[in-house]
Amino acid sequence: METIQQYFVQFFGIQWGSMLFSLATNMIFIFAIVVPLLLGVAYLTFAERKIIAYMQIRVGPNRVTFFGIPWLRGWGQPIADAVKAIMKEIIIPTGANKFLFVLAPVLTIMPALAAWAVIPFSPELVLADINAGLLYILAMTSMGIYGVIIAGWASNSKYAFLGAMRSAAQVVSYELAMGFALVCVLMLSQSLNIGDIVSGQEGGSLLNWYLIPLFPMFLVYLISGVAETNRAPFDVAEGESEIVAGFHVDYSGMAFTVFFLAEYANMILVATLTSIMFLGGWLPPVDVMPFTLIPGFIWLLLKIAFILFFFLWFRATFPRYRYDQIMRLGWKVFIPITLVWIVVLGLIMQLPESVRSVFPLNIWF
Amino acid sequence: MNRIKKFFSTFLLFELLKGMAVTGKYLFKPKITVHYPEEKTPQSPRFRGLHALRRYPNGEERCIACKLCEAVCPAMAITIESEQREDGTRRTTRYDIDLSKCIFCGFCEESCPVDSIVETRILEYHCEKREDFIYTKEMLLAVGDRYEEQIAKDRQIDARYR
Repeated sequence: METIQQYFVQFFGIQWGSMLFSLATNMIFIFAIVVPLLLGVAYLTFAERKIIAYMQIRVGPNRVTFFGIPWLRGWGQPIADAVKAIMKEIIIPTGANKFLFVLAPVLTIMPALAAWAVIPFSPELVLADINAGLLYILAMTSMGIYGVIIAGWASNSKYAFLGAMRSAAQVVSYELAMGFALVCVLMLSQSLNIGDIVSGQEGGSLLNWYLIPLFPMFLVYLISGVAETNRAPFDVAEGESEIVAGFHVDYSGMAFTVFFLAEYANMILVATLTSIMFLGGWLPPVDVMPFTLIPGFIWLLLKIAFILFFFLWFRATFPRYRYDQIMRLGWKVFIPITLVWIVVLGLIMQLPESVRSVFPLNIWF
Repeated sequence: MNRIKKFFSTFLLFELLKGMAVTGKYLFKPKITVHYPEEKTPQSPRFRGLHALRRYPNGEERCIACKLCEAVCPAMAITIESEQREDGTRRTTRYDIDLSKCIFCGFCEESCPVDSIVETRILEYHCEKREDFIYTKEMLLAVGDRYEEQIAKDRQIDARYR
């Protein structure tokens, strides 16, 4: 690393060399995050089709394979789908605002990818170790709605517009509950830095994870995450079995696929955040020999996969919510629960030192 | 008391967990999908697939151009023209079935007094143009010649019930 930096300095001079070096390393790191992420998105669609099929006693996609290898049957499906999507024409409706119409998918996927900048994959492995990491995450996940609203507006179609209104209202409502759930995490960890939040859950075993003291918040966050990403059972905005689609009815080809990618990237993001905030990120469940050998990166991946499996499981199990029920759940159930829990947590934290050091409380406070 | 019970079962997501247990159980159940080109579902001897015109064992075509099938066809998919042959028998000169009209009801097969027009077990055929869907007399006879063994066997099995 040092020698490469010296080469840069020799080549471009002292001022430009170090700048270009940090630019180059950052670019490599960004690619190292985004490329596996997009591959993960592609294979998440495959996993979704496969798992839901299995839960419905079907077998799912099992034809497309690589080089005719029989045990890889079905694994080529995401690649084939991607090729098909790229080949298809992007139809821009006559009345649409062309600039906004093309801008909308970009605005949707941009925050979904940008939020990954502050995710720590292991204690050292983080692109931007900023102190306001949690705020950055909240800001980025909220930005996604702009893409949705602009898509609905730019399509110049009543249906797309109504769909955009619905999904924007839903996403904004659940953002609140999500934010409050994260405030609880914040109170326990005393830090906005995501790396510090994970380190705060260290201490020997999974009892130290915030999952235990914040279990209701974990559920609220997980369910709000499902609603936030417009996934079943909160997918009234898309509702493939009832209406065709919401804000992206007029999109086709790669433009639609970008929305699709953004939805799945957001799913992975929410799963990652859940595992970082509540399931101890890169920490192994028990700090004993066979578990500590596995690198933290793998533990994080396993936790993400676990949460994602729940996302797919929810979709296979639950019938779709009615729109007013979604709103009721968000405003009248989740927000009160989170507010109450914040107060309870605050009260516990204000207890005298002697009470807080008794057995169950001394683990977390 | 009941309200307290309801409150807790709602907040502990009890019913949702029960639902997820059901789908979770089905995840590991054996799958019932028939892997189509490799596996096929069993067919009845009365299966109504592609049509065929049959011949007698001496090679003479069975059809006597009575036009009962043409009359009974609810989709009006059959077109027949007939003429007297040199030996004085009445034979079809044209026997077209438009498979894009045909609804595979099997009435033609039932109405035929000489078991000439039959429906075979063939279901895997396709056409790329609309014109290709019109099966002429020659094509139907060719299908009959090719699958006569199977057709005869199926008629034999069904004979008791006719």
